[in-house]
Amino acid sequence: MIQLSGISHRIGGAPILNDITAELPRGKLTALIGPNGAGKSTLLRLIGRLEPLQQGSIHIDEMDLTRTPSVDLARRLAVLGQQTQIASRLRLSDLVAFGRWPHHQGRATARDRKITAEALETFGLGDLSHRFLDEVSGGQAQRAYLAMTFAQDTDWLLLDEPLNNLDMSHARGLMSRLSGLVGSAGKSVVVVVHEVNYAAAWADHIVALKDGRIAATGTPDEVLNAGTLSALYDTEIEVARHQGRPLVLHH
Amino acid sequence: MADTALHLTAMPAGRRKTRMLLALSVLLAAASALWLFQGLGEGNRAFILQLRAVKLGALLVVAAAVAVSTMLFQTVAANRVLTPSIMGFDSLYVLLQTAMVAGLGVAGFAAIPQLTKFLAELVLMCGLAVLLFGTLLGRGTRDIGRTILTGVILGIMFRSAAGLLARLIDPNEYAVVQAASTVSFTRADPVLLPIGAGLTAAAIGVALWLAPRLDVLALGRDTAVSLGLRHGRMVVVTLALVALLVSVATALVGPLSVFGSPAFFGLVIAGLAHALARSHRHDVLLPAAVLIAANILVIGQMVFERLLGQQAALSVVIEFAGGLFFLYLLLKGRIR
Amino acid sequence: MKHPLGVTVAALVPLTLASLMTGAASIDVFAAPSDPWAMLVLMESRLPRTLAVLLTGAALGVAGMLLQALVRNRFVGPDTVGTGESAALGLLAITLLAPAAPIWLKILTAAAAAMAGTALFVAVIRRLPPREVMLVPITGIVLAGVIGSIVTYIAWQTDLIQLITTWLMTGEFSGVIAGRYEVLWIAGAAAGLAWFAADRFAILGLGEEVATGLGLGTKGIMRLGLAVVSLVTAMVVTTVGMIPFIGLVVPNIISRIMGDNLRQSLPMVAAAGAALLMACDLIGRLVRYPFEIPVGTIMGFVGAGIFLILLYRKPAHG
Ligand SMILES: Nc1ncnc2c1ncn2[C@@H]1O[C@H](COP(=O)(O)OP(=O)(O)OP(=O)(O)O)[C@@H](O)[C@H]1O
Ligand SMILES: [Mg+2]
Repeated sequence: MIQLSGISHRIGGAPILNDITAELPRGKLTALIGPNGAGKSTLLRLIGRLEPLQQGSIHIDEMDLTRTPSVDLARRLAVLGQQTQIASRLRLSDLVAFGRWPHHQGRATARDRKITAEALETFGLGDLSHRFLDEVSGGQAQRAYLAMTFAQDTDWLLLDEPLNNLDMSHARGLMSRLSGLVGSAGKSVVVVVHEVNYAAAWADHIVALKDGRIAATGTPDEVLNAGTLSALYDTEIEVARHQGRPLVLHH
Repeated sequence: MADTALHLTAMPAGRRKTRMLLALSVLLAAASALWLFQGLGEGNRAFILQLRAVKLGALLVVAAAVAVSTMLFQTVAANRVLTPSIMGFDSLYVLLQTAMVAGLGVAGFAAIPQLTKFLAELVLMCGLAVLLFGTLLGRGTRDIGRTILTGVILGIMFRSAAGLLARLIDPNEYAVVQAASTVSFTRADPVLLPIGAGLTAAAIGVALWLAPRLDVLALGRDTAVSLGLRHGRMVVVTLALVALLVSVATALVGPLSVFGSPAFFGLVIAGLAHALARSHRHDVLLPAAVLIAANILVIGQMVFERLLGQQAALSVVIEFAGGLFFLYLLLKGRIR
Repeated sequence: MKHPLGVTVAALVPLTLASLMTGAASIDVFAAPSDPWAMLVLMESRLPRTLAVLLTGAALGVAGMLLQALVRNRFVGPDTVGTGESAALGLLAITLLAPAAPIWLKILTAAAAAMAGTALFVAVIRRLPPREVMLVPITGIVLAGVIGSIVTYIAWQTDLIQLITTWLMTGEFSGVIAGRYEVLWIAGAAAGLAWFAADRFAILGLGEEVATGLGLGTKGIMRLGLAVVSLVTAMVVTTVGMIPFIGLVVPNIISRIMGDNLRQSLPMVAAAGAALLMACDLIGRLVRYPFEIPVGTIMGFVGAGIFLILLYRKPAHG
């Protein structure tokens, strides 16, 4: 379980997050939703210690975030930011191999190489693995970053808009793989998603943010109703049901 | 895609890289031998040999220092186009020297033993550079263009401040500082040279030892942190190494910029090293960069000095070629 | 400030007086009509110098504003895009090839070379990825370095390094006397000419598409702009040397205060450029009196500071 208590955050004096207290359950797929600028990325970056914590505390399975050495965290929690840009001219295989770095610190074993190869295959990058990062499409690069995060093989996965640039079938494939990781491998996943229907279809738990505050939390059935969503996004939204889950109609 | 095919069909990557490093080393050895023994007359052999050896040593130390400091700096900045001198590192050094003259007076400055002065400059320079560039680069660079521009402007500012300070102390002593701020490979002091060489070797040793961590640092702050690298500490250590290397090179031969404009030598070296090594691994990149830089400096200096009889022209030519290379990178969209 | 132009001009008056009264020879400027010695110093040295500073500051400010409108980027100035280096290259070439050429031909050559260099810069930045605002000034600085290294190399080969140094190193006014600064009037006139086309430059600054949409032929106005910038820079570089940052920071500051309606802001840019340079020149003359610190050195320090503030100032909202 990730326990967030009293988190507030400012950037250059402007308040971004206000007194956030919440629990992200273990062994579940949690979706973080909310309008642009709500603070989703900031919250995720705080949990992933990409941003120093200003106020409040974060505990990840009883580990205090600010007290735990970074490298120990890297073996328990993998985080993929919204805008990953890497300047090095790397082959996809090299990039994904870096996911194993927290485990071997520079001396890769056969097991590390095996996991790397599996991650590349999982994301359909086998044929592209010798290409350079700047020689593949945006979606293929995104899949490489995801493969790297998967190769890290951690209990917790934090992904900021992982569906960015992915086509329909890869997006669906990723969500079902995440859901599979949660179901079979006992991992815990937190994703920021913009298409609410992906949250409706795959998430076990939803946290909705607006203006740096928690607007709603709960199961998809509890959160994804016309009233809550219309208020969250300030537009009229209808919710129907499809195969026993909410289906959000916004066109 | 040509290089993908090449990569798959060529000999194993490891062996290719070893061969490349070996070939560069042989070339360097040959050039150095030629440097030392070419046209050595009968009279005064020992004396000329010693002169040449000192100059060769200076060239090698400077080549190594510039190559490694540039590679390390690019790694910290997670960017392929920055060099310490573009970012005003050697201007900072000039300012530091002037400030010391200002503080101690010309006579006082001259009275300090050279070694003490050298070491004091090193310590100060490391501290200042870590403070300044750590702040600028430590949190990752969102806006790389602004960061570069800041460095360039800081360079001009340091240089002007040094000029201002020098003239304030005593308009007549301006010449002292001025003399200390032009490149000359003949200026290398036979006493400082071995110390500089030792420090450079040590710094390179540390860099090689840190190579796996440098590989991760080059991925940029976010990725490095999420892989568990202690990013802040690594930035400080790397910048300290850069400061050490720049200081050693500058103390030996003077600042590596001509006329206050950024020097692009390091940029060319780094670009060539990446192109030849075709690897992201620092344990290959660093030696390759050192060898390339040493070859260019030794061969270039030999051609200009012995063939064309132009002592000083090499730095200008390097500036020209480096600038063109930078523009080429810019237009190719490699600089973002 | 309600009347920025009024305030600036009001500041210029005491600065100008101070400049007239400062110098190594101790004379009473106000006694000049009756004292022939004072009159001589005033007419031969003090007045030319003061005029040179005023003209240079005003013209460089205007040139910077025009250049920024032409390339639609706030972070460039005539001293950072290779214009001065190109002028030096032209002057060096004619000095070597036709040493006996009349002065007007030399001036023309320098200006033409400056124009070619600036046009090269404009051509290069058009090929940069769009929206990369900061790459434009970086390109300019690198281009300036490349052209500068050519100049240095040729000068070295031909033993003209002394000459080059006065052009490309920090500019100063200590050598200005009557008969040695008059070409700066050309720079001033060129800058004044720009005012008549101010509206066109302002529209060009909105973007080529907008300009074409408004029926403005961009080619002609672009050429006029390049000509003014080049002429100003060439005159300044060859008489007093490179003066950093005036053409960069003054337009930035004025544009923040008054916006980009060039017809209104150009006179203000000229006045502010003259005032800033005059102030820096006075500092350079007084701080280590009777020695002089070149105004270029003072500007390098002051200007860099102002520029960094502009670069990092928070946007008005956040
Ligand atoms: N570096 C920064 N400087 C200033 N403000 C920032 C910065 N980064 C984020 N913000 C502000 O913080 C707020 C929250 O940003 P955040 O990136 O967390 O939003 P988000 O919910 O992830 O939005 P999106 O859906 O667009 O990704 C926004 O108002 C944004 O403008
Ligand atoms: Mg976001």
